[in-house]
Amino acid sequence: MCVAKDPDRINALKRALNAMGGIEAWIREGDRVLLKVNAAFATPPNLSATTHPDLVYELASLCRKAGAKKVIVTDNPINDPLSCFSLTGIAKAALSAGAEVVIPKEHYFKPMTLSGGKLIREWPVLYEPFAGINKVIGVAPVKDHQRSGASMSMKNWYGILGGRRNIFHQNIHDIIKELAILVKPTLVILDGTFTMITNGPTGGSLSDLKKTNRLVVSSDQVAADSFGATLLGKDPGDLPFIAKAEAAGAGRSDYRSLEFKMI
Amino acid sequence: MSIISARRISQAFFLVLFLWFCIVTSSGEKWRQLRGWPVNWLLEMDPLVGLGTLLGTHELHKGLLWGLAVIILTILLGRFFCSWICPFGTIHQIVGFLGRRKEALFQKIDSNRFNSWQSVKYWLLVFLLSGAAADFIGFSATISRDDPRRVWLVAGVVCIATVLLLAFYRLKDQKNMMIPLAVAVFFASFLNVVFREDQLLQHSLQTGLLDPIPLAYRSINLIVLPMVDASFRHLSPTPRFYQGAWFIGALFFTSILLNLKIPRFYCRFICPLGALFGLLSRYAIWRIGKTDAKCAECLMCEKNCEGACSPSGRMILSECVLCFNCIKACQTKQIAYQKEPSAGGELPVPDLSRRGFMISFFSGVAAIPISRTSGVMAANWNPGLIRPPGTLSEKDFLSRCIKCGQCMRICPTNVIQPAILEGGIEGVWTPVLNFRIGKSGCRHTCIACSHLCPTGAIRPITLDERMGKGIFSKSDPIRIGTAFIDRGRCFPWSMDKPCIVCQENCPVSPKAIFTKILFSTLRVPAPLIISSADSTRVMLGGAHLVPNRLTTGDYFCRLKNPQDPHERLIIENSENHIVISPKFPWKSLPETGKEIEVFIRLQQPYVDIERCIGCGICEHECPVSGKRAIRVTAENESRNKTRTLLPGKSNDHDRF
Repeated sequence: MCVAKDPDRINALKRALNAMGGIEAWIREGDRVLLKVNAAFATPPNLSATTHPDLVYELASLCRKAGAKKVIVTDNPINDPLSCFSLTGIAKAALSAGAEVVIPKEHYFKPMTLSGGKLIREWPVLYEPFAGINKVIGVAPVKDHQRSGASMSMKNWYGILGGRRNIFHQNIHDIIKELAILVKPTLVILDGTFTMITNGPTGGSLSDLKKTNRLVVSSDQVAADSFGATLLGKDPGDLPFIAKAEAAGAGRSDYRSLEFKMI
Repeated sequence: MSIISARRISQAFFLVLFLWFCIVTSSGEKWRQLRGWPVNWLLEMDPLVGLGTLLGTHELHKGLLWGLAVIILTILLGRFFCSWICPFGTIHQIVGFLGRRKEALFQKIDSNRFNSWQSVKYWLLVFLLSGAAADFIGFSATISRDDPRRVWLVAGVVCIATVLLLAFYRLKDQKNMMIPLAVAVFFASFLNVVFREDQLLQHSLQTGLLDPIPLAYRSINLIVLPMVDASFRHLSPTPRFYQGAWFIGALFFTSILLNLKIPRFYCRFICPLGALFGLLSRYAIWRIGKTDAKCAECLMCEKNCEGACSPSGRMILSECVLCFNCIKACQTKQIAYQKEPSAGGELPVPDLSRRGFMISFFSGVAAIPISRTSGVMAANWNPGLIRPPGTLSEKDFLSRCIKCGQCMRICPTNVIQPAILEGGIEGVWTPVLNFRIGKSGCRHTCIACSHLCPTGAIRPITLDERMGKGIFSKSDPIRIGTAFIDRGRCFPWSMDKPCIVCQENCPVSPKAIFTKILFSTLRVPAPLIISSADSTRVMLGGAHLVPNRLTTGDYFCRLKNPQDPHERLIIENSENHIVISPKFPWKSLPETGKEIEVFIRLQQPYVDIERCIGCGICEHECPVSGKRAIRVTAENESRNKTRTLLPGKSNDHDRF
């Protein structure tokens, strides 16, 4: 895991990836990569409620350069999907980097059961875009979230749930844990260039954002979120889903014990 | 090229253009989306739209001047629109042709005979227009008192009205329509002037119910496209639903199928736009007619006569839709498009009785006040009637909306729906928001419908105005309603379950939904008595807990006596033990025999009505999926000050 301090997210991404052996260490020739962005809301990129399009462009280009045969960008947003992908700028960024944007249609979802899971049982999950994919990269912003405490890398997987997924809010920490077990990402990119410290996860105003100049690249999503919590002024221990995901084996919360670089 | 080929090319062109306009009416950046395509053009060409809105509002919305061009051309040429432009007419013609192509010649001729019921469309036109014009009568009578500058406007409308009325005049030589009409107008004006305060003569625009262009737009937009795209998912990734659209479809398909019985059934008997053109065409300079009164009377000219205007005998001008089939069919070339009246004789319009006129006129004038006796425009207003942002006040809106469904088609979230009876009988098929349908409420970063509305019933707004930013920062955002929490259905309010999906999705900043924290005591069969404890673990005297139930991160415990100052997060439990988070260890170990209480931490939602804009995203996302636990109703909507919940609030939006 590497945290880059940089006011510019693209620089930060490049530096952090270099410190982790370059994108080539993670994406090989012929890989089929899925970028799971956060495109939940139809808001412009400067409000940081969604994954920044520059990041999508850069990552998709890097994957292509590393020889990835196919790069898919997808999410099952909250607002209407076409508006979300276009207003966030993600669709345009992905397409111009040679990636494919998959807007979920009904038949892309399949009921799935997570073995050992208590919540993801016969529940529709975005399945179709993952067919044939061998590398998954999660790309999410750091956001305030009243119910779960924070919306970061692990909460980002909520966007592969279909159906009336909001009923899982009754048990938000467990659903985040189950999602973290369900998805085993090659990397997660956690963008804290700006952190949405209030009014999350929708934001809606520049005054909800704080410039925090951090970007995390990690192969351990629990570690990434543990660091992300600090950007929100929280202790990872304040967020039950982190301890739960760690206990379930999704990663380690004590990121300093990992191969950790702050550059 | 024969005139028939030219007509067919024109019909094909306008039908394809119309369908193309329907297809591209979706917001997005692709060339096949709404990127400047003039998708309202056919609606703007429809003079019934322009005339109807002009009568009710005393204003002409931009674009509707196209209708004037069509009027002028009709006066010169006759009902060219019906057989050369109208896409609905083209559909009828195609279906009529296909359905009857194998019929015998005499059957074809028989079904194209003039039918006296063809006058019904004129009564429908009179009925619909007088419903829109009711107020205009009073308006004209009092205009010099209120606003002298508008006299010119009145003069213009009076001119058009005179032209139309003259068309009725001398329908049959012995019947003079003008005297009873003058009496009627005088009587109506008298009522309106005397009872001005009570608005005895109220009006609303109902032409859209039967006007073929809005009808075609509505039917293609709300029925045909969603049905076709349900298989292809090319226009919309998620299926689009329209409440009660089956009825719109029933009207559309029935009127099409009626062509199998009588060709152009709709055009001949129902179409109020055709009736308007029919009245105007009595002045036409060129008209179809026989060049010689003596002909073989083979009736071949009526074999494919679209208008049923009897070209073989006494030509009924107003029924002729200029299909030119008779000219082609006449074997002796005795029919022509000419300046002279038909040698076989000519009637300007079918026999329209004075009585029929008066009945339609008065029932049209009375229809709207009668429909409003239920009080839907007053104390009995329906809070479920939520209109799109930018919609004019209800009365102004109803005098403009033509029920074309363009707002429902463009809405990216599919939340704008055709009203059934939410707005009363006169609001049928007008836009109403239904937050249970669609992808996610009325997105507050969207103003698409307001810019597409062809008549300004939803006036064009900017994002700044909608959100109360920029030059609108001194006024409030545009509210379309207010969210109310139904505490009896809400998880954290009545079921001891955490949720706050509504708060999470509230898009305004700061959020209009906020929460207050409540630690709610867990139901346990018996008091939880401590048997032993260490720094984070408590053993209990009985087996009263459900194993792992308390480990969701939302359960806390606290010593009851002496009361613990903090609730402590539970991270593990079995039926008889609890482990608390090591982050908050006990200060002193709990004593054996003391009671411990378990709580669930709830964030209970509240609505800040000063911030809520009524977008309904909360209602859409509420996990109580049937009748939602948070629902938007129209209270506090910006377009109606009498429904405010905020006395003294500045709201400049109604200055427009």
